[in-house]
Amino acid sequence: MTDRDTIIVDTAQRIFRDRCDPQTLNSTKDESWKQTLWNSLEESGLTLTWVSDEIGGAGADILDGFDVLHVAGNYAVPVPLAETLLAGWLLEKARITCPSGPMAVAPQRAKDRIELDADGRLSGTARQIPFAGETDHIVAVAYRGEAAHVVLVSAADCRIEPGLTIALDPQGTVDFAGVTPKACEQAAVSADDLHLMGAAARAVMIAGALETALDITVQYAQERKAFGRNIGGFQAVQHNLSRLACEAAAAAAASRSAADAIANGDGLAGDEMLLEIAGAKIRCGEAAGQGAAIAHQAHGAIGFTQEHVLHRFTQRLWAWRDEFGSESAWAVRLGETVARNGADAVWPLVASR
Amino acid sequence: MTASVLQFDPIRLPPECEKLRQEVRAFLNEEIAAGTFDPLDKDEASSFNRPFAKRVAAKGWIGITWPKKFGGQERSFLDRYVITEEFRAVSAPTSSYFTADRQSGPTIMKYGHVDVQNEILPRIVSGDCTFCIGMSEPGSGSDLFGATTRATKTDGGYLVNGAKIWTSNAHNADYMIGLFRTAPPSKENRREGLTQFVVNMKTPGITINPVINMVGRHEFNEVVFDDAFVEDKYVMGEPGQAWKQATSELAYERSGPERFLETFYILTELVRVLGQQPDLRGAEGIGRLVAQLHTLRRMSVSVNGMLAEGLEPTLQGSIVKNLGTLWEQALPARARDLAAFVDPDPTNMASFQHVLEFATTIAPKLTIQGGTTEILNGIIARGLGLR
Repeated sequence: MTDRDTIIVDTAQRIFRDRCDPQTLNSTKDESWKQTLWNSLEESGLTLTWVSDEIGGAGADILDGFDVLHVAGNYAVPVPLAETLLAGWLLEKARITCPSGPMAVAPQRAKDRIELDADGRLSGTARQIPFAGETDHIVAVAYRGEAAHVVLVSAADCRIEPGLTIALDPQGTVDFAGVTPKACEQAAVSADDLHLMGAAARAVMIAGALETALDITVQYAQERKAFGRNIGGFQAVQHNLSRLACEAAAAAAASRSAADAIANGDGLAGDEMLLEIAGAKIRCGEAAGQGAAIAHQAHGAIGFTQEHVLHRFTQRLWAWRDEFGSESAWAVRLGETVARNGADAVWPLVASR
Repeated sequence: MTASVLQFDPIRLPPECEKLRQEVRAFLNEEIAAGTFDPLDKDEASSFNRPFAKRVAAKGWIGITWPKKFGGQERSFLDRYVITEEFRAVSAPTSSYFTADRQSGPTIMKYGHVDVQNEILPRIVSGDCTFCIGMSEPGSGSDLFGATTRATKTDGGYLVNGAKIWTSNAHNADYMIGLFRTAPPSKENRREGLTQFVVNMKTPGITINPVINMVGRHEFNEVVFDDAFVEDKYVMGEPGQAWKQATSELAYERSGPERFLETFYILTELVRVLGQQPDLRGAEGIGRLVAQLHTLRRMSVSVNGMLAEGLEPTLQGSIVKNLGTLWEQALPARARDLAAFVDPDPTNMASFQHVLEFATTIAPKLTIQGGTTEILNGIIARGLGLR
């Protein structure tokens, strides 16, 4: 994946490799692996990568967290690791002590707004929150007027209407009406900041999952025989797989660049950061759609079965491209910004970094 | 296995590059103001301009990465990257020196006789020397190793017979780097027996016949060799082994900003005609195009940065060219769709229509020149272990 051979990445790779072999997970109905995986991740400190050690975290840097998410993307397992990292990132901004266990974050959709009244009670609904109902805690950005607050909420206090993503992973609509948070602090972070960080996280995960989809598709093409030869020997198949590699490469480059920009930048504001993050989410979302289609085409009917592991990756590619802003949503925002700045500012923005 | 294909380090241009960028922009703005070229006038546009090349050379911007002994500046490939992208973004007329700067010079530096290096390289750096590339033939295009133009050994050199075609700028060029057959292909390896030469285009026995392209322009040519004599010292590298000599250079040739900025002016003019408050469709279209361009540029900067660090990301270079040329080729059609319902505002729209027509007609060549989409897909598939 990257050339950053840090202990954190090595640890993540080891844990996921040991606990998340796609074939093994695909052929079991027993879901106890999720708890085992989570325990390993938590013991190693990976779940709180973005929380400083003073308030209970691992105190690693931003890039480490994105590297961990890339590895998580490689395995595409339904555990709320990105959500817990994002929750920790918000709690860190508000200096609220981190609870243990997985967390969900809200809002996920750009137009959902959670309000905080003068008595410290919440209102508002956050739709399609990944893993809502599966975690003890939800961390949200709530507004009292214009002032953003980070709130730590007990999930049991909220009304959660459960649902499933396109990958059949848990998500839920969370109604915060009347809930008093366990902790609440005003913080220099906005719901839009969460939306941007979430988009970058999903972009990195998409790149990771595409990497694996490419690997298993290339391997399949080298093994599967038709007309007396490996299907990977046919030029039509080769060219499709080349296009898959190009899409995976574009996703890798765009997501890596966004992660690097966030890690080395000063906050998430500004057109240059919008270009990096929106650019990554748009391009990775496009790559997810095109890449999944090519991977399925190369696998033929077997890739369309529950028995084969491919769907574990393609279905999550489809889910992740929708979460924290679709390609279309980000493209409108980026396009409006570019248009507002005028034609002669297009090149200076593109060449700004 | 596929991990290396996907390695794109997030390289940033260092501060000294940004300083250079401002100098380059100031220079280009002066040239535009002085009427040297008009980025949007595609009727009058000639990309060949020697006096302009001389002024670029005076800035030290040709051969900027080359050793000082050849007149270079020994600066980094990222400096060269900045110069190239700024020149491309305004469609500056670079064709009298760009090929020499990008690939002919570096090839001579690596494989040329020292006398040839001293004869030619300083003249490239001073903007006085134009190169063309003699690869394709009437009977072999993408199939490079099918070349049949012969170079037959004679006293003190070789006699060249045959023809090259689609040779851009041959009619303006001082030299060609040509690929000729010096021996028949071996049974084991049909790539054997081809040799690279530097050929002085003034050599007796060379005839240049124009081939007018579909837009009515004279850019490429047929170059016919009839017993044209080339001295021994103009052989590049090992005779018969030319196929081994293009490895790291390929990454430079394929990964540069010229591989996705050829029609960039369309995007700028699209934003202009859609105005500062485009409708939803226009905004989404612009947003996607900018995101795709941003990604291509990040990939390209990354490959160039990895090259500057001494890595050989040849496969990533092919990926950049493949995605980049497909993007710049599709851009005119996408801009046409997005601008379909714009009121024909008299000033903006005329300019947009003009560049759109030009870009639409030149678009087909973008995925052919310098390695077709099909060839690139084959190279990438080989990198994946499929062939």
